[in-house]
Amino acid sequence: MRRPGEMPVTSEPAPEVTSRAEPITDASTLDGAKGECAVVVEHLTKHFGERVAFDDVSFEVGYGEVFGFLGPNGAGKTTTVRTLGTLLAPTSGSATVAGIELCPENGPAIRSRISIMPESPGLYLRLTVMENLECFAGLYELDDIRGRIDRALRAVNLADRGTDQCGALSKGLRQRVALARALLNDPAVLFLDEPTSGLDPVATHEVHELIGSLREKGVTIFLTTHRLQEAERLCHRVAILSTTLRLIGRPHDLRDQLFSRSLDVRVRTRLEDPDAVLGGLPGVEGWEQAPSGYTLAVSDPEIAAPQVARALVGAGADILSLAESRHSLEDVYLELINEDVEAKNR
Amino acid sequence: MSFSWTRVRAITVKELRDYRRNRFVIGTMTVLPLLFIILPMIQLFNANAKTDTTNLNLHIGLSLLYMLVIPAFLPSSLSAYSIVGEREQGTLEPVLITPIRREEFLIGKALAAFAPTIVIAYIVFGIFLAAAALFAHPAITTAIYARTHVLVQLLFTPLLAGWAIWVGIAVSARSTDMRVAQQLSVLGTLPLLAILALISLNVITVSTALAVGLAAALLAIDLLAWRAVAAVFDRERLITGTRT
Repeated sequence: MRRPGEMPVTSEPAPEVTSRAEPITDASTLDGAKGECAVVVEHLTKHFGERVAFDDVSFEVGYGEVFGFLGPNGAGKTTTVRTLGTLLAPTSGSATVAGIELCPENGPAIRSRISIMPESPGLYLRLTVMENLECFAGLYELDDIRGRIDRALRAVNLADRGTDQCGALSKGLRQRVALARALLNDPAVLFLDEPTSGLDPVATHEVHELIGSLREKGVTIFLTTHRLQEAERLCHRVAILSTTLRLIGRPHDLRDQLFSRSLDVRVRTRLEDPDAVLGGLPGVEGWEQAPSGYTLAVSDPEIAAPQVARALVGAGADILSLAESRHSLEDVYLELINEDVEAKNR
Repeated sequence: MSFSWTRVRAITVKELRDYRRNRFVIGTMTVLPLLFIILPMIQLFNANAKTDTTNLNLHIGLSLLYMLVIPAFLPSSLSAYSIVGEREQGTLEPVLITPIRREEFLIGKALAAFAPTIVIAYIVFGIFLAAAALFAHPAITTAIYARTHVLVQLLFTPLLAGWAIWVGIAVSARSTDMRVAQQLSVLGTLPLLAILALISLNVITVSTALAVGLAAALLAIDLLAWRAVAAVFDRERLITGTRT
């Protein structure tokens, strides 16, 4: 049941991060960055010729936050990440990444403070896990290379696989190596681009566990995905992109914002005159027929539920269940994306 | 952030490790030099010391030309693969996401193709000189050990390799297909090889001064080629396939 009225794009400040666990490695890169946002994006736009990849996108990501970036294929998620990672130059707009202004001259400085794990792990398959990580430790000019590699491998539960050739690893393990690679430089912001794409459920679960543990440690994560359960489970806030930014906020806030609160009632037999029973109840704003009962729009489910139960019993209905409706992030997402599809078709 | 030899080294070491585990690369690096040590030997031992000077020089010139084919062709396939190959394998983006500068990336790639080429080319030339000293007729040996021949080999081996590498990397940076890149990079080495063929076959008579002059010119061309390759190296195009 969709809440009436327009659907504004809201941009709320990032939640305050009150505590931060120890970084993955010993050297923290966050010194001097406290109190700032990890990522600030203002009216950022990227065109490829006539084609618009993303347009007028603005948001902020706080340090220690896990920020979900959702959208359908072709919405511009990966292009946004690549732009923030200085691989692509924005057409217009501005951004600050890890406290550094996004511009071509600052490319190496930004890239030294962030990590991006692309959708494809992109490992050198003839090299061992250790050799892959050694290469990237060199590219970041890290000290204590062996120590950092050991800690990164431990963080992804691969401490005993350092000598394995990457080509011999399963897809899930390769993804873990890619994650270890992304953690090597203690990034101020870790961009994960579709980290579970193409993985089976077990491997997906493993990656979720790893991201969850990073979240516990206070690592700032920018997660692009179109797996909505993944975002709902892992992210403090999410943004939904469909070329333009459609919505941004905490998952439960988005649900409340997009959908009215409601009760689902299942009854054995339908009421003869439901409007007479449900229509005038205190706290009930409206009702509609559902396949096995009724869905009631309510202002406060805790006040409305007992009233509804009493009214139904009074009307002689056999109540099978009475519960508050649970809209998932998927409902929010589909609602918005369907709006876009309908708008395009008009 | 300034130019970093640590990042260059990381790329070079990674490339060399990758070559070592790649049967195709090992095969190419073994078969080609083997071929180009056998063919000159045949030329050398077929040469009759009593034949006229022109014919003798032709035999020796051909033998030495085979030596120069190694630095011209051996790094071509390696450098042609260097960027388009990584792009096809999906390994380019993770590298470009690091703080590495394009100059560092290109030098790292070039050194990885350069080092084994030079080692192999000089070893093959050393074997050839040793074989000439041990088994060839003294007149032939004397002709082979002529100062200009040795100088041309020593100077032009690295310079020709440098040219072949930069041509290969340039083609690789702009190509979308590995096979096309490899073919074009081999074609790109032919003009210089043609000049060296004329020198080796004594069509162009080379003095020491001219050899050094040509080497200096080729060095300048190699340096210009590096700058040109750095200019055509476009991260955005490599990642998205779209021109900026």
